Amino acid sequence: MRSILPVVTVVLIIVALWYAAAVRLNAPWVYDQAERAGAPAPGFGQLLGETMDQERPVLPTPHQVVTELVKSTFGMAVSSKRSLVYHGWVTISATLLGFAMGTGLGILLAVGIIHNRAMDLSVMPWAIASQTIPILAIAPMIIVVLNSIGVQGLIPKAIISAFLSFFPVLVGMVKGLRSPDQMQLDLLATYGASKRETFWKLRLPSSMPYLFTSLKVGIAASLVGAIVGELPTGAVAGLGARLLSGSYYGQTVQIWAALFAAALVAAVLVMAVGVIEGRVLRRMGMVR
Amino acid sequence: MKDNLNISAPVIEAKGLNLVFQTSDGPVHALKDVNLTINKGDFVSFIGPSGCGKTTFLRSIAALEHPTGGTLTVNGMSPDEARRKRAYGYVFQAAGLYPWRTIAGNIKLPLEIMGFSRAEQDERVARVLDLVELAGFGKKFPWQLSGGMQQRASIARALAFDADILLMDEPFGALDEIVRDRLNEEVLKLWARTGKTIGFVTHSIPEAVYLSTKIVVMSPRPGRITDVIDSPLPKERPLDIRDSREFIEIAHRVREGLRAGHADD
Repeated sequence: MRSILPVVTVVLIIVALWYAAAVRLNAPWVYDQAERAGAPAPGFGQLLGETMDQERPVLPTPHQVVTELVKSTFGMAVSSKRSLVYHGWVTISATLLGFAMGTGLGILLAVGIIHNRAMDLSVMPWAIASQTIPILAIAPMIIVVLNSIGVQGLIPKAIISAFLSFFPVLVGMVKGLRSPDQMQLDLLATYGASKRETFWKLRLPSSMPYLFTSLKVGIAASLVGAIVGELPTGAVAGLGARLLSGSYYGQTVQIWAALFAAALVAAVLVMAVGVIEGRVLRRMGMVR
Repeated sequence: MKDNLNISAPVIEAKGLNLVFQTSDGPVHALKDVNLTINKGDFVSFIGPSGCGKTTFLRSIAALEHPTGGTLTVNGMSPDEARRKRAYGYVFQAAGLYPWRTIAGNIKLPLEIMGFSRAEQDERVARVLDLVELAGFGKKFPWQLSGGMQQRASIARALAFDADILLMDEPFGALDEIVRDRLNEEVLKLWARTGKTIGFVTHSIPEAVYLSTKIVVMSPRPGRITDVIDSPLPKERPLDIRDSREFIEIAHRVREGLRAGHADD
């Protein structure tokens, strides 16, 4: 547990810098108020007091964000429209569906690429091109187009998620499925193994470490996709909606709380993939 | 597998075998006019410097390379047909065990592909593990075994489906001298017990002389056979046979053959 001290030190430094920045950035409002009231310019002590708990600060202080986060996570009924659990779940469900779709698509394309020369030569440039499109530009189109054919709600967001998450899985799986060396392929050839047997018995198991590395990137990308997908929808639910409504009404504390909620969700999702990775690879005897 | 009723027939026969690789630097003559007959129960070593075609010849027998000229038969069939009849097991320089399978699981790999029943798989795994003296290690994962034990497991894997021919491509090249001596002794025991025909590629003169009934000396550019030595050593070979006069004489002849091959470079 010797690593605790450096971690705590870094966190404390970040929190201290954050408070300092909050005082600096929220001060103009305090001066402004004093001037309007005709009062003398506030001293440092007063300034410190009045920058800590503003209703609409430029930069909310850490304790404001934490209080808001706790209040809107634990202090509300989970069905409430002001509950972060409610909004978080909306985003997580789109993330998970999109992640499943993206992972499936990525694996399918990778399998096609390693077995079919035409796909090998043609798919990758398109996949790379797809990732150069700014997701913020294409997300509203996807929502609008799907809405016009009657698809709404979870699916369009999941598709945007999948659009972001298929790529790391595709790249990782192409690499992973090609990871067996020539000797291992020759060995199977001496048994007269078919392509299908080579795939199931050698290529797929060999690709597992690559798959899980990609999945960790993919699930974080999925979450970004789901949040971005919530921004242009007129925003009724989800962490993205929470961010958007916060910015409409100048609720900076709400924005920051939603951002932290998103970061926590991302951390939990990536850790969950990590736990599954550890279990699977240990089961397969690939970690000691 | 009972096709070769005629026991005196050669198991492997190469006549005027040529193999030319087309590379970006132009054609490379990997095998030139190779003529060789290997009889049932022979232990044949292929020795020579890198690029002499010894591995290419072994791979051609296994249908991993395809000769561009001449004929090559395995049990009277083409190498491709022989593969379908499960005529040979192949052991590579690295054990190449799947890390996600136990030792028993690795040995089952060819059996699964060849469609043996589950009960028969278990029975065969037990038998070949015993044959390579790894009984009791079936449930271990490869990383739990030493390099020598891993290579023994890979030999067991090649033996599991009862091929008459065992092809070994520098199987002990990556192991240290002491382990190598032990495994050489064990391979000889295995050969005596199973009566298989063995093709064995090596860099080591003592290894070739110690193991073989027939030593094929090869030389590079183009890859060809320069000498075939039928060993007069008895079938029973303790390790100290390597100090005998006969052994030293054969080793000398192999060395001369290798040198002659290099002289006309």
